[in-house]
Amino acid sequence: MAEDASLPPAQPGPTTRETPGASVATAEPVLRLHNISKAFGAVQALRDVDFEVYANEVVGLVGDNGAGKSTLIKTIAGVNIPDTGEIFVDGHRVSISTPQDATKLGIETVYQDLALCDNLDVVANLFLGREDGFKLTPFVRTLDETEMERRTVDVLKQLDVKIPSVRSVVATLSGGQRQSIAVAKTILRNAKVILLDEPTAALGVAQTRQVLNLIRRLREQGLAVVVISHNLADVFEVTDRVIVMRLGRRVSTFDVRATTAEQVVGAITGAEFGEEPAESAQAASGQE
Amino acid sequence: MSSDVSTKERVGQAPTSSANGTFLDEMRVRLRKGEFGQLPVLLTLVLVMLFFNIASKGVFLHPRNLSNLVLQQAVVGTLALGSVLVLLIGEIDLSIAAVSYLCGAVMVKLSVDHHVSAFVAILAALVVGLVIGLVNGFFVSYLRVPSFIVTLAGLLAYSGLVLHVLLPNTTIRLEDNALKAIAAQYVIFPWDVLIPLPLVAIYFLFLMRQRLARAKQGLRLSPWWDFGLRIGAVVVSVALALFVFEQYQGVPITAIVLLGLILVFWLLMRFTTFGRHVYAVGGNAEAARRAGINVVGIRIAIFGLASTLAATAGILEASRIISGSAQIDPTFLLNAIAMAVIGGVSLFGGRGSVWAVVIGVLIIGSLSNGLVLLGKGTDIEQMVEGAVLLIAVTVDALARRRNATGLR
Repeated sequence: MAEDASLPPAQPGPTTRETPGASVATAEPVLRLHNISKAFGAVQALRDVDFEVYANEVVGLVGDNGAGKSTLIKTIAGVNIPDTGEIFVDGHRVSISTPQDATKLGIETVYQDLALCDNLDVVANLFLGREDGFKLTPFVRTLDETEMERRTVDVLKQLDVKIPSVRSVVATLSGGQRQSIAVAKTILRNAKVILLDEPTAALGVAQTRQVLNLIRRLREQGLAVVVISHNLADVFEVTDRVIVMRLGRRVSTFDVRATTAEQVVGAITGAEFGEEPAESAQAASGQE
Repeated sequence: MSSDVSTKERVGQAPTSSANGTFLDEMRVRLRKGEFGQLPVLLTLVLVMLFFNIASKGVFLHPRNLSNLVLQQAVVGTLALGSVLVLLIGEIDLSIAAVSYLCGAVMVKLSVDHHVSAFVAILAALVVGLVIGLVNGFFVSYLRVPSFIVTLAGLLAYSGLVLHVLLPNTTIRLEDNALKAIAAQYVIFPWDVLIPLPLVAIYFLFLMRQRLARAKQGLRLSPWWDFGLRIGAVVVSVALALFVFEQYQGVPITAIVLLGLILVFWLLMRFTTFGRHVYAVGGNAEAARRAGINVVGIRIAIFGLASTLAATAGILEASRIISGSAQIDPTFLLNAIAMAVIGGVSLFGGRGSVWAVVIGVLIIGSLSNGLVLLGKGTDIEQMVEGAVLLIAVTVDALARRRNATGLR
């Protein structure tokens, strides 16, 4: 357990920022989905969806309501089990049938409700359910507060998160700080892939900036980050690639540096298709 | 963006910026944020005590009266400790008073009619309490029936069961000398000093060790005045309590039982994963579940512990009134919950400490004892206690609202 927080130190330069596409083209994706389909009764929520995210990369997953974003995320997180299709982590085929499976594989999801206990302090929240300590009986362990606080300070420093004190009760923190705490929790669990569900929804301007900086920070740490968002401005600011879903299909993939917001909106609404028609989605994404 | 972070203040960095704040600065910040802690309640307690002492011309603060006050209220205090636990997970247990009388009756019945030893009678009472609590917990957490309804049904059913157990009587007189002794005996000098002294020393050493460990890890240290204040508060309250008890007959065993239980549960709730998880379930059960905590198990355990504490209260009460009785004191249940809430335990779950019981016992005890000294009847006493309870719950609700709208 002790090695959980010992991620490589933050890289000083923004080297990965410059060349996300070049470095990822040849590498194996950290997480790859192939031909995923899922139906809820008569509703086909996902049709033959491929998905991939690389280390040192932030992928934006966008689409209208009911496009299948949430179903896709829940499939990765182990909440839904796909009807057909394959999932690969680091090139190895895996099966994810429970959220615990996903966690074991290093896939962590931060949902919009953040799942924080408002009445507990930051340290208690970060280590909830996996506290450091000495075993007294099968159900009762002591709490090693000093060690947990040290590791909390370390991980918050690593992510450059600023809060008044690690002993602040979470209820007193701002929305951006709470989001940061929820993300830091996944880092302590050795996440390789982090899925963020609407991380900037309901946040003010300054708070949003905090969270976007945090996402960049995660990329610098070598993580693969997936951001689901309705806010295209945020998506364009922080992601490397944008994957657009519509009616259960992956319809387009854009490199944000060579794309305008209009093109993405067009793909979302179906008014104008991107480079890849819906039918050949998998072929096109393979070329990338 | 990585260039400018070094100039900004970072989390948990050295004690440079924070520990410079003086005592007064800290107090000013806390006042502004509305974090009064237990200060207003303690202030209220002091005012209430002074008022009754003046009004009763010095009788109230006489050691004999204070000793009696503690003896009277320690039983309800044990019950209050159980309701603190249940309130912490955001539930309520209305059956505790009935359960405590039932367990007391079981103990007396076994001792008197079946001639079992005091030890076995006490053990049987505790087991009955535990089983009842586990059943309550099963309905509340596994079947998700609201605890209000489950324990209301328990209140009715166990009130009936007490009558049934004691049939054909409604009270059975306790004969066993050991059982009678529990509430009648006092621990006297030097033993009453020798018990808390090592505990205070251990507490001091623990705080010192923790401080050294934190310094070694380069963590932020609390200022020295805070450290001194903690130790000082413990030493002063222990000394004061011993001084008062020593002036009369010594420390009542009932009070030692209650304080010992509070101490054990404080250690459990504050320094173990179990306690941490109880607070988590009370604060956000869904988050606790997602963190891998066995929420159902925690809830069942808490109801089990609360009813076992109720059984303990029943044993003490049976010993105090030297009988097993089916006439459940109507103030028992409500005073127990009132003590918890007045001591700062939130009805909404997740906030409060087991030390609330001490404050609750002293305030409710002072009110009922003081009003009797002034010759006021139960009528006045109940009205005053009702008003105090309303104030306490209002403060809790306002604090919660401030938290919800707070700095988000």
